[in-house]
Amino acid sequence: MADPIGIRIQNLYKVFGPSPQKHIDDVRAGMSKDELRDRHGHVLGLRDINIDMPAGQIQVVMGLSGSGKSTLIRHINRLIEPTAGELWAGEQDVMALGPRALRQFRREGTAMVFQKFALFPHFTVLENAEYGLQVRGLGRRARREAAAQWIERVGLKGYEDHYPNQLSGGMQQRVGLARALANDAPILLMDEAFSALDPLIRSDMQQVLLDLQQDIGKTIVFITHDLDEALRLGDRIAILRDGEVVQQGTGQEIVLKPANDYISSFVREVNRGRVIRCRTLMRRGPAVEGPPVDGSLVIEEAARLLSAEGKEAANVVNKRGQVLGTVAMADIIAAMVPPREEACPA
Amino acid sequence: MSWAQTFPALGEDTLRSLRQGIDGTFREFTREHGETLERLFDPLREFLLASERLLTTSPWPLVVLGLAALIWLATRSWRIVAGALAALLLVGAFGMWDDLMKTLSMIFVSTVVALVAGIPVGVLMSRSDRVQRWVNPLLDVMQTLPSFVYLIPVVMLLGIGRVPGLIAVVIYAIPPIIRFTNLGIRLVSRDLLEAADAFGSSGWQKLRQVQLPLALPTIMAGVNQTIMMALSMVVIASMIGVQGLGQPVLRAITNQYFAMGLFNGLAIVAIAVLFDRVSQAYGRRLQKHQGVNHG
Repeated sequence: MADPIGIRIQNLYKVFGPSPQKHIDDVRAGMSKDELRDRHGHVLGLRDINIDMPAGQIQVVMGLSGSGKSTLIRHINRLIEPTAGELWAGEQDVMALGPRALRQFRREGTAMVFQKFALFPHFTVLENAEYGLQVRGLGRRARREAAAQWIERVGLKGYEDHYPNQLSGGMQQRVGLARALANDAPILLMDEAFSALDPLIRSDMQQVLLDLQQDIGKTIVFITHDLDEALRLGDRIAILRDGEVVQQGTGQEIVLKPANDYISSFVREVNRGRVIRCRTLMRRGPAVEGPPVDGSLVIEEAARLLSAEGKEAANVVNKRGQVLGTVAMADIIAAMVPPREEACPA
Repeated sequence: MSWAQTFPALGEDTLRSLRQGIDGTFREFTREHGETLERLFDPLREFLLASERLLTTSPWPLVVLGLAALIWLATRSWRIVAGALAALLLVGAFGMWDDLMKTLSMIFVSTVVALVAGIPVGVLMSRSDRVQRWVNPLLDVMQTLPSFVYLIPVVMLLGIGRVPGLIAVVIYAIPPIIRFTNLGIRLVSRDLLEAADAFGSSGWQKLRQVQLPLALPTIMAGVNQTIMMALSMVVIASMIGVQGLGQPVLRAITNQYFAMGLFNGLAIVAIAVLFDRVSQAYGRRLQKHQGVNHG
């Protein structure tokens, strides 16, 4: 398996229209999206995006429709060309790639999962999963073997010879996932991959992805419009609005310290118990009588543990079992309830 | 107001010299390049002769069996095979076997030529809006220009016989396959093309693995149309020496042989229906992945 590589996006701009280069300087100087559209007939896609996506982790890019999130993910494999800016995959300057090298990068450096699955209807499940390897020119036996293995991993064994439109949406997206994973590229791009699925199936697929990520440790860029999904999957989250990054950080940082009212209104409804981790609420002090909990455990789980054991506090421990401090049930309950001023909109 | 009664046309002399000029230039061109052109089409003549010889000199039971096997392979439907056999044997029984074979051979060769020439043009057209803008009016002309008009220069260049007939048939029958290939490829979903791009497909890989296979049902509709149009040219092509079911019809027209015209006309209809059913069933079989749907 290829080593994970990080992705660095620097000062990335995208202007849509007939002559974007003419207006890029105005945009850099701060021309508003509306002015650009009304006065010059160009659409601002992305403005000054700077994101460092850590290697081997899940980076979520969240935003509502029109925020530019799908545009952003397509820049990483240059399905859309930026108007200005830099794009690095590990040591590789993606913007410097010529057509042939770009194709190579797409074949071996990235794989993509799509919102509407984009499975090839004339290929069977197995042939779809083989697609990336076939494009690379891998021999029939080798790609069959790899594809079959991934089909089994995503839970579709026995469906190899079905055609995509014989499968339900959730199963189709499993094929999409298998097709991307069979490529065994260090970067996995997922464009609203689970947005078209029913809530239950979506939750299922999120678990499938998290379980897989334990083993594969790829650099995953996950696009979504759903904050709960972002918080569940993302090691890091960047929130996009009108083509600009409004805030980025871990899910906990975003929920606890929203950068502005826009983010606040987003995080108000979030189940905080599943976002905030014991480490955050921990008070330093001597060990108390209570169960040990890992620092990275979410407080909802800690609360469940405490109430099951009938204890008032737990010891927060690190991976080696050393006690770092304690976390009290009262603090957990207080943290799970959103603060008053956020709960009542002004 | 006398000037309003007659249209102010170019003078009779101007027109005459214009016509003579064009005719003269073309005749010159014919004299100079006719033979070269004729040699250029030699492979086509060989192909035509070979396919005609195969169908007319082989023992008829063998031909019938061969055709039945082909039709079964294409359609996997015994009903269509039975219908085709009945049509073939009936036409043969009415004494038109040789003419039938000649027409079959002509349609076969002209369809092959139309596909070989037309599909690449359709592909080019689908890849560039500019090509499409230029080719479309040309196709309109090919479909609407009365065929007699282009029969004249073809005959002047190549004389009378199979090859000029074939060219006339192909000119008339090629537009649908070009148009449907173009349309089919343009109808392939953008999402799928994006997926192919995202996995690093080259243009050729995308064409061969995604665009052409997904356009195939549409292309097959074009093949069907091309065959039908080729058949409808059989009578006209017989005027410049193409043998087959068209010639008796032509003779029937000039001599008012009603029954003879009717027999041969119905024979043409019979093989038209046959070609249509077979090519459509084959087209349906190519899209078996679309037949089943998840509820």
